[in-house]
Amino acid sequence: MLTVDRVSKVYRTGAFGTNQLTAVQDVSFDINPGEVVSLIGESGSGKTTIGKMVLRLASITSGTITLDGVDISTYRGRGLKNYYRHVQGVFQDPFSSFNPIFKADRVFAMLKGQYFSSMGRDAWQHKVEAALDAVRLDPAAVVNKYPHQLSGGQLQRLLIARALLLDIKVLVADEIISMLDASTRIDVLNLLAELKADGLGILFVTHDLALGNYISDKTVILQKGVMVETGETTAVFTDPQHPYTQQLLASVPRLDRRWQK
Amino acid sequence: MSLHVDDLRVYYRTVHGDVQALDGVTFTVEDGEIMGVAGESGCGKTTLSKSLIRLDGRMRHIGGTVELDGSVLPLEDDRAMNRFRFTDVSIIPQYAMSAMNPIRKIGTMMRELLESRGVDFKQLRPELERRLELVGLSRDVLTMFPIELSGGMKQRTVMVLSTLLNPSLLIADEVTSALDVSTQRAVAETMAEFRDREFVTSLIFVTHDVSLVYQIADTIMVMYAGKLAEKAPADTLVKQPRHPYTQQLISSLPEVGVRYEEQQLAGIPGTPPGLLDPPGGCRFRARCPLAFDKCVEEPPFVEIEPGHSVACWKAM
Repeated sequence: MLTVDRVSKVYRTGAFGTNQLTAVQDVSFDINPGEVVSLIGESGSGKTTIGKMVLRLASITSGTITLDGVDISTYRGRGLKNYYRHVQGVFQDPFSSFNPIFKADRVFAMLKGQYFSSMGRDAWQHKVEAALDAVRLDPAAVVNKYPHQLSGGQLQRLLIARALLLDIKVLVADEIISMLDASTRIDVLNLLAELKADGLGILFVTHDLALGNYISDKTVILQKGVMVETGETTAVFTDPQHPYTQQLLASVPRLDRRWQK
Repeated sequence: MSLHVDDLRVYYRTVHGDVQALDGVTFTVEDGEIMGVAGESGCGKTTLSKSLIRLDGRMRHIGGTVELDGSVLPLEDDRAMNRFRFTDVSIIPQYAMSAMNPIRKIGTMMRELLESRGVDFKQLRPELERRLELVGLSRDVLTMFPIELSGGMKQRTVMVLSTLLNPSLLIADEVTSALDVSTQRAVAETMAEFRDREFVTSLIFVTHDVSLVYQIADTIMVMYAGKLAEKAPADTLVKQPRHPYTQQLISSLPEVGVRYEEQQLAGIPGTPPGLLDPPGGCRFRARCPLAFDKCVEEPPFVEIEPGHSVACWKAM
């Protein structure tokens, strides 16, 4: 469905863009319906840049990203708007994703203005309730509330619900549970797994190997913008081939054993 | 001679009233002990670590005492505390990356800091260089600006600086949270090594990550909504927790090797209570699956086995 084919990204840095920084180099993978692909890497590995390129928030230096066979970099205007019907993103910090002076459910109203302006009030209400139900939120608990009155988990679910209102095929989830508390993050993760069962493709960007392992079908391990290992999640985690993957796995703190000296 | 904290209460003063962020906390840290403090956001773990060294303007010491090596710390007297800071109690702050002066070379900043404490920098310099080397930094960092170092290098520089005068108690507040996994491991292992080499006598390691603290801590203390929930030796706390909150928290952690298809973990429903006007009785009772009539009374924090204390009526 979504195919990333030998994609690279070079940022220009320094005065007048004289320096070049290769953030992503020759990365390829694809996401099928009902599949979670996790991009795992440390800071500076280019994982967020890849998410941004899929969301058309950053341009692609070379290579192509295609959705159902169409190159996404060709979309302009109405076509791009239509692309966003199918591909949406949710980001790391739920508290800065919302405008603090507006009520949180305004994100739904903005969506209606853009995509569903002809829909009747009752039909829209119904649709919003169905989306809130899909993310396990009680409408009474979140509607008409300001962002500071809601917890991080509730805000992240609101954003996922907003994405579900559109006819999305791919969700880019960039570190969406890193800022949540341990006791609630697992619920958001389980929610992603349920959406996956309904046929949604998810690009799960994370630095946390345990989370990637828990939810994803395929894993891409990145180091400084280069794919060092990729494959079925179970294979990558039980039998890592690349020394970098092995080192990462050895450093993850676990509760069943302590680090070996 | 260790640290004794007895019924410590620290509240935040706000226009709406007092936020009871730390409400009657009693524990002991022995010499040579690494105690991990774990809990979710808003449980009072950072308030605890700040209270032991410096109360900021909004914090009010309501009651309780802190005794370090036989002397009572004058918590509410900012000036009197100065005698203890850096030499007896030291802290590695949460954002060590931004703890350094950006416009001073690191060596200059350290010299100024030490001289302000009446310590001769020249005399201490060989030891400083030895310790920098120990954490894998060259002595050249002293002639660099903080911006020239990576996050992990800054963290290690601050670690060396905080422990330079061999404090009796070191508080490490979320020192590994902003780091990558491999750097995280290096930093945590260095902390344990500092204890082994007796640069610090005891260490309080505050974090939200139970699996990380389990790697290096001797004992772990779990906090919930401004109170202690459970304290036990690290292995006991992780393998046989007695407080329902600890049990649920540990079983909600995705570990490497656990997959959704095979084993679905569950979170803890609900949210922690607000601390502006916290409910009486056990503060976990609204989310607790085992709650019963007695939970409207506040459970005492009592020792159920040697070294294992719990605040829960069901565990007694």
